[in-house]
Amino acid sequence: MQTHTAKRVEIIIEAVMESRLTDALRSADVTGYTILPVRGGSGRSGDWSRAGQVSRAGGMSCVVCIIREEKLDGLLEAAFSVVDRHIGVVTVTDCQVLRAERF
Amino acid sequence: MDQIIALAAENLLSPIILFFVLGFAASVARSDLSVPEAVAKAMSLYLLFAIGFKGGAGVAEHGLDQTLILSLVAGVLLSFTIPVVAFYLLRVMSRLDVTNAAAVAAHYGSISIVTFVAGSSVLQSAGLASEGFMVAVAASMEAPAILVALWLIAKNGPGEGQRMDSALMREIMLNGSIVLLVGSFLIGVITGADGMAKIESFIVAPFQGVLCLFLLDMGLVAGRGLRSSKGVLTPGLLAFGVVMPLIGSLFGLAAGLLIGLTPGGTTLFMILSASASYIAVPAAMRVALPEANPSVYLTLSLGVTFPFNLTLGIPIYLAIARAATGG
Repeated sequence: MQTHTAKRVEIIIEAVMESRLTDALRSADVTGYTILPVRGGSGRSGDWSRAGQVSRAGGMSCVVCIIREEKLDGLLEAAFSVVDRHIGVVTVTDCQVLRAERF
Repeated sequence: MDQIIALAAENLLSPIILFFVLGFAASVARSDLSVPEAVAKAMSLYLLFAIGFKGGAGVAEHGLDQTLILSLVAGVLLSFTIPVVAFYLLRVMSRLDVTNAAAVAAHYGSISIVTFVAGSSVLQSAGLASEGFMVAVAASMEAPAILVALWLIAKNGPGEGQRMDSALMREIMLNGSIVLLVGSFLIGVITGADGMAKIESFIVAPFQGVLCLFLLDMGLVAGRGLRSSKGVLTPGLLAFGVVMPLIGSLFGLAAGLLIGLTPGGTTLFMILSASASYIAVPAAMRVALPEANPSVYLTLSLGVTFPFNLTLGIPIYLAIARAATGG
């Protein structure tokens, strides 16, 4: 099966910033992404769990984008403008996709 | 004093408080008791819908007068004033920096609608009527404190780091709780007694039971918050979490007396002024002031002030309002 190289960008961000991030991604011409709920974790700001959060303020979301390599810099710049002051993690990994025309 | 003790004892042994204590204790003891997220959300929607509609229906029954306008204006003014008092009190009582002190101050200038609902329930049990429009006053007190917090930082800090854009303002003003509360209130005003008769069996009889279950969940959340934030609160901050609501309540008392509200309305004004937000303001602070530590402001408002108001604060405010108004 023919596969094609692409970049997988995973951004874990505070739930209150989710719509701001997706707006920034769209403005950087990144129209495809998937949002996943995050159940809990631990980091520099301490432990947290989705259970028992009384508001969105304490929650986290995960936004995953699969893009062509040439779009990566634009995406990261757009994402950084939103996440730089906030709790979160941004990772970039290589991946393979089956249908290159979709990305 | 005897009246306060009697009211406090009665309040402490009411089902809503005992369920809150059960949740709090279960959480501190690390029980796996939990209320599903969707159920908790549904219960909060129900409570906002019921309290908003009942308030609107009450206004429709008794009519509108200038006290509504005066109360709304007073509510907004208090929401602008109380954060300033809280900010400088925090700077004296604790070693919080400007950003964290302003973030905490915003929470105390805003309101806790659950405390308001619990207070309304206590008034009902005590047979005290209140002005239905206090629901609208509660909604008007949600947002101004956030603006004050940003202003306090600009005035006292380096003047950098805060963000208030139109999107955030829209999120604050149109957050789901406010929309449902104000919308239900307006529907209650429009449909009045007829509307009330049609849905009374849904929003009156089950109200106390749903509130008990909701406060069980709030107890679990408050207990978890307090457990996970060991070492965050200094003695000065803990003292602030109890002293500030008492000071805030006096602002509410003054407003209620000046406007000429009933003892019930004055009590609700005191409760609103004494309560601290833990839903709308934390979300706004994460966007506008990400440098502020959420463990400090959430633990103070939800883990200290909310339980204090629920158990001791409300009976104290009720007794003071009764004594001051002669009700």
